[in-house]
Amino acid sequence: MKMKSLLQVVATGAAVALFVLPAAASEVRLTGSGASFPAPIYTTWFKQFTRANKGIQVNYQAKGSGAGIRDFMNHTVDFAASDAAMKDEEIAKVAEGVQLLPMTAGEIVLAYNLDGVKGLNLPRSVYPGIFLGKIKKWNDPAIVAANPGVTLPDEEITVVTRADSSGTTFVFTKHLCAISPDFESGPGTGKTVNWPSEAKMVKAPKNDGVTATIKQTPGAIGYIEYGFARMSKLEMASLENKEGHFVAPGLEGGQAALANAVIPENMIVWLPDPAGVDSYPMATYTWMMFYKKYDSPEKAEALRKMVIYCLDEGQKIADKAGYIPLPANVVEKVRAASANIQ
Amino acid sequence: MAMKQLSGAEESHSLSRPPSSVDILFDKSFRALTCTFTWATILLLAFIVYKIGRQAIPAVSTYGLGFLTSTTWDVNAHEFGILPEIWGTLYSSFLALFLGGFFGITIAIFLTQDFLPHKLEMILKNIIELLAAIPSVVYGLWGIYVLIPLIRPVADLLHDNLGWIPFFSTSLSGPGMFPAVLVLSIMILPTVAAISQDAFRAIPHKTKEAAFGMGTTRWEAILRVMLPTASGGIFGALVLGFGRALGETMALAMLVGNANEISLSLFAPANTLAALLALNFPEAGELEASVLMYAACVLLLITLLVNIAGAAIISRTGSGGKK
Amino acid sequence: MKNSSNETFHLPKLERQPFEPRALKSIVLSSITILSAVFACVPLFSVLIMLIYRGGKRLSFELFYALPPTAFETGGGFGNAILGTLFMVGLAALISVPFGILAAIYLAELGKYNKVAQIARFCAKTMTGLPSILAGVFAYAAVVLIMRNYSAWAGGIALSLLMIPVVMLTAEEAIKMVPQAMKDAAFGMGCTQTQSLVKVILPVAMPGLITGVVLAVARAAGETAPLLFTALFSDYWLRVNEPTASLAVLIYNYSGMPFENQIELAWAASLILVLMVFILNIISRAIGGKKRI
Repeated sequence: MKMKSLLQVVATGAAVALFVLPAAASEVRLTGSGASFPAPIYTTWFKQFTRANKGIQVNYQAKGSGAGIRDFMNHTVDFAASDAAMKDEEIAKVAEGVQLLPMTAGEIVLAYNLDGVKGLNLPRSVYPGIFLGKIKKWNDPAIVAANPGVTLPDEEITVVTRADSSGTTFVFTKHLCAISPDFESGPGTGKTVNWPSEAKMVKAPKNDGVTATIKQTPGAIGYIEYGFARMSKLEMASLENKEGHFVAPGLEGGQAALANAVIPENMIVWLPDPAGVDSYPMATYTWMMFYKKYDSPEKAEALRKMVIYCLDEGQKIADKAGYIPLPANVVEKVRAASANIQ
Repeated sequence: MAMKQLSGAEESHSLSRPPSSVDILFDKSFRALTCTFTWATILLLAFIVYKIGRQAIPAVSTYGLGFLTSTTWDVNAHEFGILPEIWGTLYSSFLALFLGGFFGITIAIFLTQDFLPHKLEMILKNIIELLAAIPSVVYGLWGIYVLIPLIRPVADLLHDNLGWIPFFSTSLSGPGMFPAVLVLSIMILPTVAAISQDAFRAIPHKTKEAAFGMGTTRWEAILRVMLPTASGGIFGALVLGFGRALGETMALAMLVGNANEISLSLFAPANTLAALLALNFPEAGELEASVLMYAACVLLLITLLVNIAGAAIISRTGSGGKK
Repeated sequence: MKNSSNETFHLPKLERQPFEPRALKSIVLSSITILSAVFACVPLFSVLIMLIYRGGKRLSFELFYALPPTAFETGGGFGNAILGTLFMVGLAALISVPFGILAAIYLAELGKYNKVAQIARFCAKTMTGLPSILAGVFAYAAVVLIMRNYSAWAGGIALSLLMIPVVMLTAEEAIKMVPQAMKDAAFGMGCTQTQSLVKVILPVAMPGLITGVVLAVARAAGETAPLLFTALFSDYWLRVNEPTASLAVLIYNYSGMPFENQIELAWAASLILVLMVFILNIISRAIGGKKRI
């Protein structure tokens, strides 16, 4: 009886909320979902784009590349985003056809927590060893040799990895497999891998979980995205690239790495171990997925407009946000391919 | 009291009269309505199981029952087993139920058996209900930033001195079973405390007065009269708390350490079914999603079995008596 | 006080000696209770204080009318998420409260001893262990895939799945705890079962019903996973047929960001979520709690 009046209050509240809001005009509303890695820059782009274009509204929710692809294949979104692109058999299941477009690129860094040690150098013989549990101490001779003049503590290395399934792990393990045969025959490449139990290992969910765990654990090392490490002010290691140079993560190293890759017709390219003296060894593109054929031409036009906006205006803020702007030749390629969205 | 309400509601009529045909019709349709919703509960669960089970079929046919006893989880090799997760789920939930249940019931007794002035009791009751609304992410963050640093010295002390006891056999790795259990108990505590309090409050005053009248001490009255009378409600509270512990995802995912291991040690990292689901589903491919739905069905089955077992224990010990 | 009116009986000793074993046991148990209650309250208040401290820093009026900021903006709020949460939790309550209470009436009173009630009770108990992410997966399959669209409706339905068992099981216990004498009195006056339920049993059980509803709403309001799969999120104002913002998803999104502004907003949103449940608690007790036994 009284419950009814409680319900009435709730119902009235909900109804009022509905009527107060402006009725929908003839607007194109686009919904996307997927990768969480580029979410900060995507949401910024989409909000600015929505502001600049009256009558178009873009929504994006990061829920994971896999979930984005599922949404895309179930047609519950207008576009999706993924760090791991899309598999051929998945593409084959979409009747309208799929246009993948690389929209931005990022780096993965090794962040660590060591009191007073800045700009640690890690040779390519060492960091796969750390993640395999073969190098267990910070003052291991191999690490000391690469860091002359730095006093490294006699401390155990705590390795922090992702607990959740993630595109970041995929890119990181792909790189480790490319440079270490031991890693390839051991854990292998994947969105989740079975890390060897020899290492003192802690798993944490998502980038922020890994970041927090590194911050909270003295002697920890873990892999996270560059933007994340920079914003959270974690120390990042310089890694030895294919040519034997130690390169710190950042814009220059990332751009040099991207410059070495040629984008093929399907727009999917991986950089497991980029060549070039200045290349930072762990860089990757991230993609948006569109249907090649949309029911409403307005929607297709709005999406094309959105892609162009991201290419022209969007790339300008990429560096500030901790991403690598697309190289000019890639921008042109993506611009041309965006015409396939019809 | 009931009399007053009745006479208030039917002021113009005489106090009692036979129900009119309208009353009877209303009565019948109301009964039918309640029956409908009871059936709807059964159908709803059946529908949920059907929807989830259908997605699990490919995994069930591929992995069969071996899924329940295998301990590897290797997406790349397509090998899946959830024994460590089953173990972790049961271990963490029972410990949390034990801790959260004990403290929850204690708080309920504390707040209902005249330990505090009535006003203060009501304020504390409201605050505790409030705590049920704190999002699990907040509990997770609290666990990482407040709890783990706090228990680290205690855990090290226990491990160093009592390491021969299996519960303390490994050193604390940070996230692990112990912090997870503590946070879980704190999360279910508001539920248990709030519902148990209502169970105590619903006992008519005369029951307690009768007990005191017979010369019982406060605790004899609580243990022999109040607790048995409220036991139905308290058991209900524990069921809800246990369900919450079994199904909790985000806070556990942040604190349990997510390791595929079976260990008695409280300080070792472990994993639970709900955390496994939450962490892997967003990125899962088709086969893996199906495997995860299989794991979900197992979790539902565990919940059902535990509840059946609980009901059986309660009816055997016969402490459900009231009225 | 309780033993004071016995002068005529001349019982040997009515004052209890503090060191008499029975009294001692009582005192010891009381101390243990007080200690453990205080001990248990410490972490609860620690969580609450952390929430108030970190969330309180950002409390301002702007939170209620502004839209969520992107990574590099300053300021901003989450007015749309508050509306979205109100709508979806309200919808979920609209579904689950009648559903739960009506079914509970059947379980506790009308069909107390029959098989259907027993099976339904086990179903409800099983549903309490439903992980929130499964509620999301189910609502995705049952609503989103059929409507081919994320919407506030789907979000509300997903949340109601989590609320139904909580409302139902607490309501059942609350109804069962109504003293039999009251029910008998109502029948004795010629009430039909429905009349006795509506006019006597439910009002008497009201505090317990409200606890159940508040707990259910509290749980639903803070759950992320069901909404992530059904309502998604939106940076714009509420439109019920479109992806919809909610406080829970906002907290989930922003607490994981490296940007100070967004992290602060996540804390403020947690605090406001808890305050909303607090207000609901007070309002519902004010409305429903007047008739107390």
